[in-house]
Amino acid sequence: MTRHENTARFPRRALLKAGGALVVSIGMPVGLDTVLGIGKAFAQGAKPPLTPDQLSSFIAVNADGSVSAFFGKMDMGQGLFVAIGQIVAEELDVPFKAVTVLMGDTATSVNQGGASGSTGVQMGGKQMRMAAAEARRVLVDMAITRLGLPANELVVTDGIVHAKGDASKKVSYAELIGGRYFNVQLDWNKQYGNALYAPGKAKPKDAKDHKIVGRPIRREDIAPKVYAQEDFCTDVKLPGMMHGRMIRPAVAGAVPVKVDESSIKDIPGAIVVWQKGFLGVVADKEWDAIRAAQKLKVEWSDAKPPFPAQSALYDHIRTAPVRKHEVGGKEVGNVAEAFRAAARVIEAEYEWPFQSHACMGPACALVEIRDGKVTCWTGSQKPHFVRNGIAGTLGIPADDIHVIWVVGPGSYGRSDADDAAMDASVLAKAIGRPVRVQYTREQATGWDPKGPASIHRARAAIDAAGNVVAYEFTSKGFSRIDVNTNGGAPWDTLAGQMRDVALKSGDGFGVPAESYEFANKRLAWETIPPLLDRASPLRSAHLRDPVGPQIHFASESFMDEVAAALDVDPVEFRLRHVKEPRDIAVIKAAADKAGWQTRPSPRKDQTGSKVSGRGIAYAQRNGTRVAVVAEVDIDRSTGKIWARKFTVAHDCGQIINPDGLRHTIEGNVVQGVSRTLWEEVKFDAANVTSIDWMTYPILDITETPETIEVVLINHPELPPSGAGEPSIRPVAAAVANAIFDATGVRIRRVPFSPDRVKQSLS
Amino acid sequence: MARIDLDVNGKVHTIDADPDMPLLYALRDELGLNNPHFGCGLAQCGACTVHVDGQAVRSCVTPVSAVGNGKVVTLAGLGTPEKPHPVQQAYVEEQVPQCGYCINGWIMTAAAFLNSTKKPTDAQIKEALTGLKCRCGTHMGILRAVKRAAAMMG
Repeated sequence: MTRHENTARFPRRALLKAGGALVVSIGMPVGLDTVLGIGKAFAQGAKPPLTPDQLSSFIAVNADGSVSAFFGKMDMGQGLFVAIGQIVAEELDVPFKAVTVLMGDTATSVNQGGASGSTGVQMGGKQMRMAAAEARRVLVDMAITRLGLPANELVVTDGIVHAKGDASKKVSYAELIGGRYFNVQLDWNKQYGNALYAPGKAKPKDAKDHKIVGRPIRREDIAPKVYAQEDFCTDVKLPGMMHGRMIRPAVAGAVPVKVDESSIKDIPGAIVVWQKGFLGVVADKEWDAIRAAQKLKVEWSDAKPPFPAQSALYDHIRTAPVRKHEVGGKEVGNVAEAFRAAARVIEAEYEWPFQSHACMGPACALVEIRDGKVTCWTGSQKPHFVRNGIAGTLGIPADDIHVIWVVGPGSYGRSDADDAAMDASVLAKAIGRPVRVQYTREQATGWDPKGPASIHRARAAIDAAGNVVAYEFTSKGFSRIDVNTNGGAPWDTLAGQMRDVALKSGDGFGVPAESYEFANKRLAWETIPPLLDRASPLRSAHLRDPVGPQIHFASESFMDEVAAALDVDPVEFRLRHVKEPRDIAVIKAAADKAGWQTRPSPRKDQTGSKVSGRGIAYAQRNGTRVAVVAEVDIDRSTGKIWARKFTVAHDCGQIINPDGLRHTIEGNVVQGVSRTLWEEVKFDAANVTSIDWMTYPILDITETPETIEVVLINHPELPPSGAGEPSIRPVAAAVANAIFDATGVRIRRVPFSPDRVKQSLS
Repeated sequence: MARIDLDVNGKVHTIDADPDMPLLYALRDELGLNNPHFGCGLAQCGACTVHVDGQAVRSCVTPVSAVGNGKVVTLAGLGTPEKPHPVQQAYVEEQVPQCGYCINGWIMTAAAFLNSTKKPTDAQIKEALTGLKCRCGTHMGILRAVKRAAAMMG
């Protein structure tokens, strides 16, 4: 198979009919047989229950010999389904093109956690590998009986089990089981979500025997997107559906006290749905729903504006009571004592703002309720949890709820998608017709769950000989789980909170992930309460690499500060203290590829307004290691920064698909630059004021790096770890360190917008 | 409400609509064309871009009545897998999109630009595309694809 044979079957195509819209007919039975057509010829046995202890919940061999892989995670645009298809094809010994990966439908897959924490391959792929290996083992077992040959005389080639020396003695997978279901028990660990693991008796292949895993295979879903043949979640149309729009308060925390329905009486079919703080309108035509939302006269409660001034945000975080304090891992040595005895202490504090998912399109969801059964179409990256959320929101058993993931307008964590699904559920139940909810841009950027704002304090104790003898790092900020990572419970979505379900704010942050070894070391975090305890546009949650960019902006900037204070080259400093061999390897690989010149920062040979510099940063993330060298140009007169070149060394264990991995890393770097240079949620006392692309700017195409060099370090002997997020993690610090190298000025607050840079340099 | 004729992808449709309704909703809701996407409704992102008489236009802020006799072409009308526009072909070859929700803006704007500007410089390409949004950060791929398409279009 060449790269251009492009064989992964994009899973949704089977469901999206030709002619544009996905039209779902009323009463369409939704079951494995109907949706997939795989049961048409099946002869034996009913389908086993869709539970994680059944092989049939993960793998089916269809009547034509093709393979369906049912995956409880889904691809957010990085080609995960290609990698999963490669893993399944590899273990089953079928051609890659024979495998179709079906993702994110609660009727065909078990809850493997959805898209979450870069675990698509790391954990989801691990399970699919074990399931596919078990399927092969079972099929070969069946062939032994059929062919009357022992296992050691059989091989499998392209889904055909045959005698080693006689190709005519053969039986295909299709003949063995095609169209019927596996009836094989797996050893399930009784966990749902990312931790779900259910191996069979089979041992997967040794990496040295891999033929499909490790190859660059392209995405087949690109062409349908480019030729406008693919429907997004926003494009699903249901017979009889109404269009819904939500109405949010101008002052966060305010609730409607009077709604004048007569103000929209001239709009055909417009209906108001008002339940406590929840307020929406529906209409038959989308344009009418938009007009109704704009025209509806609402009187709001006199809520006290809940937020501090934007300029006081970091002081608020500094002085806010600590709700939870946690030390990451174990303190090494005696940090307090080491600082008391220090000859010199280096200290710094860093600040990171709230940031928005600001997905390319505002969230959209559709819900239909018929005869007590609910169907929801959502772009949420956790549809199985959306099922639970709808169950809790509507009081309907989860077994009566079917959630179908349809690709949405981008997803980088706990975005507004889950809220839209719940809003659609409430509206559909209230009016008794299917409803499509489409948020506005203002709601998407203004009211999505935010990446938390934080401050980070770091200090290092230096002895008389100039050695670092102690290191302490503490983050303090809003929780990354003020609302949960999914919309699985009513208190975690706006629909619940607006209808008076009390917030159950959780506490979570994190510590730097690295292998710096110092005699005394302590890493810790502290969380503070949310600014508003219900339905807040500043509620905080997971945004791509949750709290990773902010923590490592601070910790890796600080390592640079210490290196500079000791007059040591930044790469050299890291190599002195980083102890893990794979960490050392990525740092060296990035520096080598970038042509790193060994010298302390800052450079001292530049005059004039246009200067340039280089910086390095590195981080781990759940087994993956990344080092990034940034080379930036700075115009001192304007404060404008161009992050011109990046060199990324990336080690995520075994590489499944280097092509997808490279694209994933590029996207991470560019999004990381955007968040570093531009992104900051603005707010006033009443509400979020960054509500569109003018007030929440992201990286423009004119600011694109000239080059992103990627060095992939492959470890086929190691299990694959994640790649969806690790490479966004060190970007901000690499840029900050490059700015310092160029100018001698350390900027400790993100974003590095031109105004802030100019001010810092003056 | 008014009866409005719309020439879209070479076919004339008659719809009954509020003249102030943006073209985007006419295309999506009245004609069932899903490819122009709603991204902001403010002409800030480009996800709704179509061609009107060969010019890239943000359909989310263009009143349907303002189109007049203009010939509207959407991404679906720009090319097909059998007969692709060079920008589409380059997009596939470079494997550009992640989520892909933004691509109407980039492809339709780049196509209009390359039709009128041959052998553009890198700076001209960036300037032609400035203001369009891609949240997944596929900027590198977008520029590779547009350069590739520019080379194909001579």
